[in-house]
Amino acid sequence: MRTLRTLPALFRLSMAKAMAYRGELIVWMLTSTMPLIMLPLWHAVAEQAPLAGFSQSRFTAYFLAGFVIRQMVGNWASWTINSEVRTGALNRRLLRPIHPMWAYATESLASIPVRSLLALPVAVLALALTQAGHLARHPLLWVMAPLAILGAWAIGFFAHVAIGALSLWMHQSIKVVEVWSAGFFIFSGYLVPVALFPSWLRSTPDWLPFQYQHGFPIDLVTGALSVEQAAHALGAQWLWVAILASLAMLLWGRGIKRYGAYGG
Amino acid sequence: MSALRRHVSVLGASARLSFLLAMQYRWDFLLDGVMSVLWTAAAVIPLYLVFEERPVIAGWGYGEALLVIGWFTVLDALLKGAINPSLVTVIELIRSGTLDFVLLKPADAQFLVSTARFRPWRLISLVSAFGIFAYAFSVIGRGPTWGGVLQAVAMLGAGVITLYSVWILVISVAFRAVRIDNLRYLFEAVFEAGRWPSSVFKGVLSFFFTFVIPLALMTTYPAEALLGTLSWERFIGGWVGALIFAVISRLTWKRSISNYTSASS
Repeated sequence: MRTLRTLPALFRLSMAKAMAYRGELIVWMLTSTMPLIMLPLWHAVAEQAPLAGFSQSRFTAYFLAGFVIRQMVGNWASWTINSEVRTGALNRRLLRPIHPMWAYATESLASIPVRSLLALPVAVLALALTQAGHLARHPLLWVMAPLAILGAWAIGFFAHVAIGALSLWMHQSIKVVEVWSAGFFIFSGYLVPVALFPSWLRSTPDWLPFQYQHGFPIDLVTGALSVEQAAHALGAQWLWVAILASLAMLLWGRGIKRYGAYGG
Repeated sequence: MSALRRHVSVLGASARLSFLLAMQYRWDFLLDGVMSVLWTAAAVIPLYLVFEERPVIAGWGYGEALLVIGWFTVLDALLKGAINPSLVTVIELIRSGTLDFVLLKPADAQFLVSTARFRPWRLISLVSAFGIFAYAFSVIGRGPTWGGVLQAVAMLGAGVITLYSVWILVISVAFRAVRIDNLRYLFEAVFEAGRWPSSVFKGVLSFFFTFVIPLALMTTYPAEALLGTLSWERFIGGWVGALIFAVISRLTWKRSISNYTSASS
């Protein structure tokens, strides 16, 4: 109950921080430009004829939507946790009468308003370029879209907390984050839409969490899925959220008992 | 002459120190090796998938495009192993004011900050790069000529000079706007575009990647040199461009240093 009352204040605080360092935040946002760098390549590929149902305008819709969604669901909690464990700044967090996970979550969510400043123009541009031809039409899909984006955020967030908690054992878990990101780059549809994977690799992403972080919400809003397919994928996505959330809680709870603050 | 000798011995000392530090973290050797293989796979798989469907894209075949990825891997290894580790610390030095100590030392400040730290393990990626080259030429079905190799290595020199100069320019920004220690990530993100042959980019992007951040010169030109299709005009143009970048970055650095007022004053 107390947590619930604290959250709005925590949120305002994080938002003020995000505004104070907006220059830094914008540079951060510009670093996730990979979808925009992939786009010209795919455009060159689809120049003569569409590729497996992907025309140039569908590629535009896919990668611009990818850029926008990436802005919304970006997470960096594992970096924060790693540095706080190393410097001992975690002590202050632990003293506060609120679970640190809430603080990490609000920090991430509070940056979304500033992030939308850059993401929204791109979304509008995407709409203008593709004349809304690649947009989900069924109203039920638009009910599911916010849930899918929230789920995408939650997968990333809990994975980051779980990996961050590993630093309580190994002093540093940055390399583990890098392995996770490599998996994300390959299997999420960030560089190559999963639909274009060859048949022998096609089913692998279905068993991994990565595409639910990226490819699935894109397919949902660009109208590539039927209502039934979308509902099915949404279920799988939230299953991953549950799995990763339990893992994060478990690792954090166990790890924090081992934590002997540096400097006393 | 003695100034040159002093600088060489400083370089030797800092390389030795970096190597000793790296030996302490032997696990990183393994992890960096695994990561390098994963990232190489992440770079090659999309290309493989694309060329399955289309044999020629923007004038490039699969094997030829692999050569570009190979040079990208080489430059990426040099960037993360030799250029980044030192220059990243400069931003922190500016912010904390400890750059003063560097400026006081009796050697050129740009030289000191550029050679402060190396990450030898990162250079394992060079092995991946040679793997890609071998694979690329087996796809193409013929080897490079000796002339082509020489020209490519010379072109790589120009590429490294350009990469380093652009980095110095990035750092010079940090003298003005302090709180942007993440500029390096931005630069690394833009650098990613060097994976593709430059003819993939059209219009504004093409201009940007040729003249503003000349990625074409870093990865596409050396690949063309290996293939034996790089014209001498482009080769000379590339070197002239690299030297212009070097001069501009040196002047900008000098200017930034002379305007630098330290953090405490």
